[in-house]
Amino acid sequence: MAEPAAPAVRMRGIHKHFGAVAANAEVSLNVASGTVHGIVGENGAGKSTLMSILYGFYQADSGQIEVFGQKANIRNADDAIALGIGMVHQHFMLVDTLTALENVMLGAEPHWLIERAEAQVRSKLNALMASTGLQIPLDSLVADLPVGDRQRLEILKTLYRGAKILILDEPTAVLTPQETTQLFGVLKRLREQGNTLILITHKLKEVMALCDVVTVMRAGQVVAEVPIAVASIESLAQAMVGRKVMMGRALESPTHKGEMLLKAEHVSVTDSLGVQRLKDVTLSLHAGEIVGVAGVSGNGQSELMDVLTGLLTPHLGQLTLEGHDFTPPHWLDPSRARKLGLAHVPEDRHARALVMAFAAWESAVLGYDDLPDYSQGGWMNHSHMRQATADMMERFDVRPRDTELPSSKFSGGNQQKLVLARELGRAPKVLLVGQPTRGVDIGAIEFIYAQLRALRQKGCAVLVVSSELDEILALSDRVLVMNQGRIAGELPIAQCTEAALGLLMTGGAA
Amino acid sequence: MNTLPRWADLVLLPAVSLLVALLAAGGVVALVGQDPLEVIQVLVHGAFGTARGISYTLYYATTFVFTGLAVAVAFHGGLFNIGGEGQAVMGGLGTGLVALWWSAFLPAWLMLPIMMVSGALFGLAWAAVPGYLQAYRGSHVVITTIMFNFIASTVLVYVLVNHLRPKGSMSVESAPFAASAKMPGVHEALGAIGIDWPSSPLNLSVMLALLAALAVYFFLWRTRAGYRLRAVGSSPSAAEYAGVRAHRQVLVAMSISGALAGLVGMNEVAGVSGKLMLEFVSGAGFTGIAVALMGRNHPLGIVLASLLFGALFQGGAEVAFEVQGFSRDMVVMLQGFIVLFSGAMTYVIAPILARLLGWVSKPFASKTTSGAAHG
Repeated sequence: MAEPAAPAVRMRGIHKHFGAVAANAEVSLNVASGTVHGIVGENGAGKSTLMSILYGFYQADSGQIEVFGQKANIRNADDAIALGIGMVHQHFMLVDTLTALENVMLGAEPHWLIERAEAQVRSKLNALMASTGLQIPLDSLVADLPVGDRQRLEILKTLYRGAKILILDEPTAVLTPQETTQLFGVLKRLREQGNTLILITHKLKEVMALCDVVTVMRAGQVVAEVPIAVASIESLAQAMVGRKVMMGRALESPTHKGEMLLKAEHVSVTDSLGVQRLKDVTLSLHAGEIVGVAGVSGNGQSELMDVLTGLLTPHLGQLTLEGHDFTPPHWLDPSRARKLGLAHVPEDRHARALVMAFAAWESAVLGYDDLPDYSQGGWMNHSHMRQATADMMERFDVRPRDTELPSSKFSGGNQQKLVLARELGRAPKVLLVGQPTRGVDIGAIEFIYAQLRALRQKGCAVLVVSSELDEILALSDRVLVMNQGRIAGELPIAQCTEAALGLLMTGGAA
Repeated sequence: MNTLPRWADLVLLPAVSLLVALLAAGGVVALVGQDPLEVIQVLVHGAFGTARGISYTLYYATTFVFTGLAVAVAFHGGLFNIGGEGQAVMGGLGTGLVALWWSAFLPAWLMLPIMMVSGALFGLAWAAVPGYLQAYRGSHVVITTIMFNFIASTVLVYVLVNHLRPKGSMSVESAPFAASAKMPGVHEALGAIGIDWPSSPLNLSVMLALLAALAVYFFLWRTRAGYRLRAVGSSPSAAEYAGVRAHRQVLVAMSISGALAGLVGMNEVAGVSGKLMLEFVSGAGFTGIAVALMGRNHPLGIVLASLLFGALFQGGAEVAFEVQGFSRDMVVMLQGFIVLFSGAMTYVIAPILARLLGWVSKPFASKTTSGAAHG
């Protein structure tokens, strides 16, 4: 295919302010036609804002956009689509109760008789699927489709609408390693067919594997734009954070296991619909180790965490914590768990870990409000609570250091640091952490890893549930893999490879 | 980015809402051929211009404080208690029953506290049932409390007609209580210390209302129980994570809410009528919703909003009396506008106000705005 002279997208001098904060300042971006262009940066670096401007969600305060050499005024998503720009969102924009075909058609029905419309769309889609290799069952309800298929459907939807430029926002966040490989195959094929792809991600490994050129953003500005040939993961990470980052594993692992602190045996959970969420799960945690739980989201990890922290009572099983045995229906409850030295950093920060409407200091005592330094005789000691929160903020570098700010106004990373400060502050014997770094900046990730490792050195038993394999590999001493509510396998860290874990995650044998 | 600074949210926004409501109401007043300025002048004078007017305003406000606080406590527990009306009716019944039984034997210093506790307990019980159904059975509290309003008013009718009405009496009311069951009027209390004050329904319940507002403030923001109740109200799942039993907090919130509404009996039954009769609540339970809405569910805001509504009731009555061709319904319309603009329309006014403030403060480059939400 002949390379057109003009770049697919050219953005020049883009400025965008939200209040006093410059989300984008003097940003310029050149995306050559027929390439995969990566945009990386920490949360709040402005990459989503930039893409939202390109897709018409926001209007730039100033600056120019050219698409295929034509000056473009993109006021909304319709304008963007008309220019051949499509976006695949991180959270899928699909109607679960409609079929795949109906989802593609929705909003762009070619005929007022729905039967005719479906026939037309179907023939077009069949051609499209054949040429791109994006195969999905068109007549299945979206609710019944696996995540990988839903993502292919999203891509197909944008292609159907004539997109030549695809913006993909964190496309691999929900995929297994195998699905990711498959997706990359498709994306490469799309590139060969002359499409232009813009990939927003924070996974540098994927950038290295797929992109031709990568733009690094930091604090609203472009700090680097490099061809992939001269880029490395280290140099990109450094450009993103603005300093050197150490993410790799700490080398030594303890040779002997410490005392067993928590043991769960034969735990089974059935939900209200009769679906078995946990099947005969047995695990133990020992002092001074970090155990990783790997798996594709939704394979029982959340239920496991809830059972171990007392939020959910299983139907069968036994739990031993600090010499106390619990069997259903007299299961552990969260306040009892806390008193026995079990701390919990929940995976869902917004729904569980913080009360978003509360001031930081009110959220910072959540679950610990009955401790004698926070309250006596039912009366709360506000000044102690505020002081304790200020200390937590200092120790864990929570920004801004404002104890009165509502919890919802902190960035994800700072919310997480506040939660960690609260849960780690009482020297727990057992710590259960769900998705420790979801939505957290690289700089904060490094800090959080260091805290978890330090806790392990002090003899705490740590369980980390994460959907990021890199995280599991960076932290764990041994790894449990969950698949469909079972523990599909356990591997010491030395035997963990992405391929081996990926196989277990999808239900294959180790 | 349409977030208002705290002072604007608490002071400016209600003031602007009130102003807009007055302008809209003034427009309607002008449409029916009256002079809005004259009407507002009569209204303000009627509510605040005389000692008697002030007394009536405070008397109305007292009842609204109780029902407004009731709505607010439930709200902080994440519940919408529409049943203030019924709980106030039952509270009045509880107040009146003990007065009928014991006021002949007991002195006032013993009788009045008993009546207060009884009223609060009746209101509590009437709210606890929907609270229990919500917490443990999942029946929505909005539906059940509305239903309980109807049941409460028919229970009152039944008790009055079949049991409390003196033999041979044709009016649906109980026998009068003995003097020991009468909440002293403010004019009596002031008279006792030598201050001359015109006679009015205003009684010492007004102090009880202030105490209740203080107590609610301390409960919600100073005690652990209040903290947990608010945690459940804002985020049930986070509260569960913290080890708080959400079900129990729902029951607690509804119980306190009902007890507060039940105190209405002290103002209306013990303070004014001196006997049990129908219609002593007359919609105050519903006005409490508007009061809580306008007072942003904060005790101080509720006291202020109650004063406003009390003034509207009292001033409105004066207007209907003084201004030719201006009916009581016009006053109701004015109240409607205030509820509309201070409640529902707040979300329309707030962004506009935020933008205006943004223009004004732009040159100063305020540091309160934050772009943290953008990734």
